[in-house]
Amino acid sequence: MITPSGNRVYGMAAEYPSAASLYEAAKQVRDAGFKRWDVHSPFPIHGMDDAMGLGKSWLSAVVLVGGITGLLTAAVLEFGPSSYLYPVIVHGKPTNFWTVPAFFPIMFELTILFSAFTAFSTMLTMNFLPRWNHPMFNWERFKRVTNDGFFLVLEARDPRFSENEARELLERTGGRHITVVHEE
Amino acid sequence: MDGPATASEVIASEASASVAPPLARVPLVLNKRNFDWVTNRISGAVENPTPRWWWVAFAITSAIATFGLTCIGYQISTGVGTWGLNSPVGWAWDITNFVFWIGIGHAGTLISAILFLLRQKWRTSINRSAEAMTLFAVICAAIFPGIHVGRVWMAWFLAPVPNQYAIWPNFRSPLLWDVFAVSTYFSVSVLFWYTGLIPDLGTLRDRATSKIKKFFYGIFALGWRGSNRHWRHYEMAYLLLAGLSTPLVLSVHSVVSFDFATSVIPTWHTTIFPPYFVAGAIFGGFAMVLTLMIPARAIFKLQDIITPQHIDKMAKIILLTGSIVAYAYAMEFFIAWYSGNQYEKFAFYNRIFGPYWWYWWVGMLFCNTLSPQLFWFRWCRRNIFVVYFVCMCVNAGMWFERFIIIVGGLHRDFLPSSWGLFTPTWVDIWTFIGTFGIFLSLFLLFIRFAPMIAMSEVKIVLPEADPHYVPPEEHHPVTAGGKERT
Repeated sequence: MITPSGNRVYGMAAEYPSAASLYEAAKQVRDAGFKRWDVHSPFPIHGMDDAMGLGKSWLSAVVLVGGITGLLTAAVLEFGPSSYLYPVIVHGKPTNFWTVPAFFPIMFELTILFSAFTAFSTMLTMNFLPRWNHPMFNWERFKRVTNDGFFLVLEARDPRFSENEARELLERTGGRHITVVHEE
Repeated sequence: MDGPATASEVIASEASASVAPPLARVPLVLNKRNFDWVTNRISGAVENPTPRWWWVAFAITSAIATFGLTCIGYQISTGVGTWGLNSPVGWAWDITNFVFWIGIGHAGTLISAILFLLRQKWRTSINRSAEAMTLFAVICAAIFPGIHVGRVWMAWFLAPVPNQYAIWPNFRSPLLWDVFAVSTYFSVSVLFWYTGLIPDLGTLRDRATSKIKKFFYGIFALGWRGSNRHWRHYEMAYLLLAGLSTPLVLSVHSVVSFDFATSVIPTWHTTIFPPYFVAGAIFGGFAMVLTLMIPARAIFKLQDIITPQHIDKMAKIILLTGSIVAYAYAMEFFIAWYSGNQYEKFAFYNRIFGPYWWYWWVGMLFCNTLSPQLFWFRWCRRNIFVVYFVCMCVNAGMWFERFIIIVGGLHRDFLPSSWGLFTPTWVDIWTFIGTFGIFLSLFLLFIRFAPMIAMSEVKIVLPEADPHYVPPEEHHPVTAGGKERT
């Protein structure tokens, strides 16, 4: 969608007075069948994922893979040198598999280390962050989103999006300062 | 809370007793502050012109830090002989300081991770600064093992790479476990801290008045825009980081204690060490959190966010962990007697009546065992000066405890002919004081450039953050029960 001045439209956004009103609005937008939309709030609102029709984040599955990678890395790192590359008998401990209890601490630490880095980097990747420019930042009021502003935006790329219908939906759910947000 | 005044109000209150909770909770943020107030008050600490006291404090701490770093430079360039270490006491202030600092870090992780998993919402007021404290304490801790081995240019021997003879480090050694544990701990703590900071850096970015501030806060905020599609993954990542940090923090001080427990020195070679060290770490760390937060809340007028309730709860944790530590002390003595081992028995007799007797009487007995018992009394937990006094006792006492464990174990071992005492040199002393300079300088920089309280998390505990929150009407009904629950 392009405005008469030639600006591409990102979507239509509205501000809500409270977390509770944004929560109610999200449920209505979900039930209206929108798919490309989002809410913005200064803090995570409890139950908002359900209100938006989003399931549980699958980040945990990726982190599991990261943790297993860390565990295997530690196993290779410890058994490789100690059993194959340069076995040295220290403390009278064996150099075969049965020395494994002495390897547990590092296995544990690397499992944690890899899981944590996976959690952090996957969170950013799944959120497409860092992204320093975004159409929502073009809206002056949106600065309040990190303070006390509650926003809902219907994106223009949603198949159900039309300017009139979007405006009507935002008005009906109690949105204020309804604004067309441009891409540039 | 005002009780019902008239008969009709009493009836109304009794009628609503079935629905209203019998004990009203004291709100975590006092005086019904709103989101905007929270943002302004916490961001204000960063945005307002630098106060004069900050410059004075920073000048002092950075001067101390510089002197400490100079001592480290002198120690590195001259040799470990500048310290008082000698046979039989080969570990003294250096490792004492290492264990002391790394232990302080643990309270930050306990607050940010374990209390998060336990859904202790009061943690939100203190977790950010406690996590920062963790990072700075671990930095101070990491200095000592790095320099006490001598020849720091060989520090790469700690890394899991083969040396010039193709020999790898010994992966079965607790000292190498320690390298992995501490470096993992630091890395994960940085990630956890930074993950929590992202939304708050977004706040500072959106409030920035100068281009430079907007640029730098903007870079580090990563373009955060509070999207719920982001919060969904963010909250999961935060939960997972908390879940990962919880066993991690328990493991780190356990591994630190393995450095001692796997040796054969009397008083070191015990199985009680891992839980004893972990409890002691949290004990000492909470004392340091309060040491930093009690002045900070007064200076930055944060009494509505860090309330007497928060201090009360931290005092209770100090009481709990202090009592665990006291139990461990007692159990050490019991086992020494019960084991029938003459060296163990002598070592513990020597702890109380030997040349370092007053370290035990002052540090372990008075500071660590007796002083936190004051926190059984509500009046003591609510009195800032008593709390501060106990925290200072614990800060000192935990250092003494580590000194007693390390030097106390080494100075009189199996053969009386090899006995000897430890005397610190001025380099020992100033390196330790210097780490306080480093720690406090970093903390001062932190409160100047980053929000010292997690704004986005404090907002969650406000009542209006609840999606089912209904604003109270003008004449709200009397709630049942007058007693405040804390």
